[in-house]
Amino acid sequence: MKTTKRTLKILSGAALALALAAPAFAPAAAEDSIYVPLFTYRTGPFGGSGTPIADGMHDYLTMLNERDGGIGGVKLIVDECETGYDTKRGVECYDSVKSKNPVIVNPWSTGITLSLIPKAAVDKIPILSMAYGLSASAKGDVFPWIFNPPATYWDGLSEILKYVGNGSLDNLKGKTLGYLYFDAGFGKEPIPLFQDLSKDLGFTLKLYPVAPADMQNQSAQWLDVRRDKPDFVVMYGWGAMNATAVKEAVKSGFPMDKFISIWWPSEADLTSAGDGAKGFKTLNWHATGTDFPALKDIQKRVVDAGKSLAPASEVGQVLYNHGVYNSMLIAEGIVNAQKLTGKKVVSGEDVRRGLETIDLDAARFKALGLEGFAAPFKLTCADHNSHSATFIQQWDGAKWDKITDPIPAAMDKVQPLLDAAAKSYVEKNAGWPARTEGCDNKS
Amino acid sequence: MSLLYQLFVDPFVQMADAPDLLVQTLWEGFVGGVLYSLIALGFVLIFKASGVFNFAQGIMMVFAALTLVGLHEKGVPAWLALIATIGVMYVLALGVERIVLRPLVNQPDIILFMATFGLTYFLIGLGELLFGGSPKTMITEQLYLPSGALDFKILGGTVSLQKIDIAAAIIALVMVAGLGLFFQKTRIGRALRAVADDHQAALSVGISLNQIWVIVWFAAGIVALATGILWGARSDVSFALQIVALKALPVLILGGLTSIPGAIVGGLIIGVGEKLGEFYWGPIFGGGIESWLAYVIALAFLLFRPQGLFGEAIIERI
Amino acid sequence: MFYREAGQFKTSYAADMAIFPIRQDRIGLGLILVVAFVVIPLAGNQFLLNSILIPFLIFSLAAIGLNILTGYTGLLSLGSAAFMGVGAYACYKLSTFFPEVNILVWILASGFVSSAVGVFFGLPSLRIKGFYLAVATLAAQFFLQWCFARVPWLYNDNTSGAIEVSTHTLFGLPVTGPNAAPATRYLVVLTIVAGMAWIASNIVHGRIGRMWMAVRDMDIAAQLMGIRLLRAKLLAFAVSSFYVGVAGALMVFLWLGAAEPEAFNINLSFLLLFMVIIGGLGSIVGAFLGAALIHILPIALRALPALIGLNLGSATIEQLTFMVTGALIIFFLIVEPLGLARLWRIGKQKLRVWPFPY
Repeated sequence: MKTTKRTLKILSGAALALALAAPAFAPAAAEDSIYVPLFTYRTGPFGGSGTPIADGMHDYLTMLNERDGGIGGVKLIVDECETGYDTKRGVECYDSVKSKNPVIVNPWSTGITLSLIPKAAVDKIPILSMAYGLSASAKGDVFPWIFNPPATYWDGLSEILKYVGNGSLDNLKGKTLGYLYFDAGFGKEPIPLFQDLSKDLGFTLKLYPVAPADMQNQSAQWLDVRRDKPDFVVMYGWGAMNATAVKEAVKSGFPMDKFISIWWPSEADLTSAGDGAKGFKTLNWHATGTDFPALKDIQKRVVDAGKSLAPASEVGQVLYNHGVYNSMLIAEGIVNAQKLTGKKVVSGEDVRRGLETIDLDAARFKALGLEGFAAPFKLTCADHNSHSATFIQQWDGAKWDKITDPIPAAMDKVQPLLDAAAKSYVEKNAGWPARTEGCDNKS
Repeated sequence: MSLLYQLFVDPFVQMADAPDLLVQTLWEGFVGGVLYSLIALGFVLIFKASGVFNFAQGIMMVFAALTLVGLHEKGVPAWLALIATIGVMYVLALGVERIVLRPLVNQPDIILFMATFGLTYFLIGLGELLFGGSPKTMITEQLYLPSGALDFKILGGTVSLQKIDIAAAIIALVMVAGLGLFFQKTRIGRALRAVADDHQAALSVGISLNQIWVIVWFAAGIVALATGILWGARSDVSFALQIVALKALPVLILGGLTSIPGAIVGGLIIGVGEKLGEFYWGPIFGGGIESWLAYVIALAFLLFRPQGLFGEAIIERI
Repeated sequence: MFYREAGQFKTSYAADMAIFPIRQDRIGLGLILVVAFVVIPLAGNQFLLNSILIPFLIFSLAAIGLNILTGYTGLLSLGSAAFMGVGAYACYKLSTFFPEVNILVWILASGFVSSAVGVFFGLPSLRIKGFYLAVATLAAQFFLQWCFARVPWLYNDNTSGAIEVSTHTLFGLPVTGPNAAPATRYLVVLTIVAGMAWIASNIVHGRIGRMWMAVRDMDIAAQLMGIRLLRAKLLAFAVSSFYVGVAGALMVFLWLGAAEPEAFNINLSFLLLFMVIIGGLGSIVGAFLGAALIHILPIALRALPALIGLNLGSATIEQLTFMVTGALIIFFLIVEPLGLARLWRIGKQKLRVWPFPY
């Protein structure tokens, strides 16, 4: 009976803690600061991919705080919320940051993005899903609060296919292409475009889905590849799936230079496959490495100063730089918002306008300390994506080599699909609000 | 009609057309099956001796492999890391017996099952805290495991066998043989079987239950380590691997929860069955049927033998 | 002293068989309901409603459903998340086919679809028992999840492969979609959960519940006493899947707003099983307590370091949360293997005799 009494005490203690914990969550944003939540995942099955991205995002913003005292003299409050790549946790993160006046949200998962898209317009918090999320949200006239620069998955696919066809889609006729994909929203999105193109252009498409539960068990898919003997395999993978796919490809003797992925594989995915992985190609839209003043600043002021969780070797890796690029977009949105409104402490509504007026030309990249880091691009009110050209980079066993010039997307193929997808989204979500937000750049 | 053709004729035509691919598929299925068997073996050991359905076997596998690679990354030589990992698995076994099993003795099965969930959570957190969440590369070379492949030009094509897969099969064989001998021939083995048969009777003849439990959990830990090394060599050592471990459940249930040969035969049936199914029949359904085929195969067998292929017959009386 | 039943006389059989025979219990329940229905919607902030209470209620409902199957009838299920998915996808299909019909009708109707699927996957339970039965439910889990991912008809050919919830109204107020106020959604969920919990409580205390418990305790003996096993077990699957399916529909429509097949993965099944076992097998109150512990505890643990001024990284907090949750699960099992519901009962008993020890 003694035990029970003790347990009861503990139970009531726990209950009290719960009651206390519920309303009070982290200190509210102070008046003279801008609150930037980062949804990250450093744990769980996708932690391997999520960690360098989280570090990159965190470190760039921290560097701005250290070097410039924030943006426009206003400190940034950088707050990470762990989602574990789980939609439920992501929604919980969103609810927990919402009351702290976030100026932007980066869901970093297609599933979380889909859940948050309808809320953005209501809560007046813009969503930045950099090169992931719902492709159709590139259309700013339908999705004024969602931004997915610099390219959608459909753009990426058309760019890969152009590369496969030596610069022209018409050369694909008669070829066999394999599509190895993560069997969730993200991997499935390119399929309609792929199928349309296969009909129009006359190539054969073979689908190789990889279920999330079988990420590390892909021998069946690669047996299929052996049977079908595709000329190229295109991969849209994430997390442990990438590393396993590369290993299986090496094992089954598939020529690595015919294996092309969307922009997510990391160095770590390839090093574990050893020398066999040489020749593997991915898309990318920005440089890797640290030869940029801004990245040097990160190394000096953040990583070496012990303010980062990233090991020094991670800085400059492709996923880390994805994170840096993502944070650069956030910062740019805030800078523009400050310019547009003349306010120092901007709100989510202001940052939406700021993002819409992003115009990153070469001079601006230079001013940011990122000269030559990525191709210039600008967003407009109708186009929240820019459908940027991306280049192919090849793995040489230790680092990435850029092997092509940027390949522009086949907009004549992608645009109709975007329009149809946006229209269908609006139809299926009866009562989707028409755009009422004003436009700051009419060009 | 065409569906019937696709289902019942076409796959066999394909098999006859490309016998090299059939052999390759069978081999891949066999290797997958061996690895499933190894995970299932860990389950069976523990279930036999303590009646605990150890859900944590999957995470124990990840934890063991992670400890090994993590220690090596921190500069410990491979052989020392291996020994240290075995030590860690022993400490884990000791801890589990002391903290989890002993206070929960004589509780219903489902409570013990639940406790191993708690253990799973704990180990996930601990593993990530100590070694980080990013996937790690298995140190195959340092452990003198072979790499590369043997290619055979037969049947009008190439069949390529990975050396690491051959090693996996051999290791599995040695492990099963070793465990078999251990169970049959040693004093502790006999004690283990006595405990498996009847806890109280075993206690009354002076067998220490606690000691036996530590031993089986330790043995399961070693099996987990071996499995972790082999799976890790195939892909990466990451927390996603514990999802793969779920495949051991149909294996286990097909083979019977208490039978070591059952785990092996079940593993092979599931491994080969799911690869053949996915490769020849999967495309008809749009692929990816591997994720559930194993369970359906197990279910089909269970409908005829509710206690699994080698399980002890369930005798029901009032 | 405060909790004394002296002076409360039961003058009819009906009174003696009431679910809450003691007046204080009825008052207490009434108070809880008043707080839940009136105070919380007025006072609660968005985070409390959206991320704590709505999911808690939905998980409680699913846990009640699973408890009917596992706790009352003794059939182990590891596929409850898939049945939540069936409910969600059924509701999605129905509401897109007939958008003009009230969404609440479809949420409840989707329970019947889930029921039918549940009965189908329950058929093997007549032959397979114990842990072996788990494989049948696992087959359901993985097969259904595969269907959600692979049958485009189920998600209306959306390019994202996910189901998205549009705005539906009830009495002119939006209850789903982004415009629905958290308090409205909370009240809808609360009403459904409270109503269904009340029905469940009546079922399990009545003839059907006794039949299930007889099957749980020993199915052969139950059969000899004239209980038809086929009916009893399939009925349990049907009722359980109905509850779980409604919970699934609520989860997508009133909480998440969109869902991918991965939202119904096996981890959710395990989580529901945790709730049932930690809460107490065979107890409706236990389902609520278990859901509270499993859902709210990690949230509280994550908030704890910030509260006491510790500055840990989000990843470290997550890892520690995992460890502490795991340790607490084991701790609770050791302290009271019969679950929180049992602790609850012991606590009540203590109060009744207080201040005397016996």
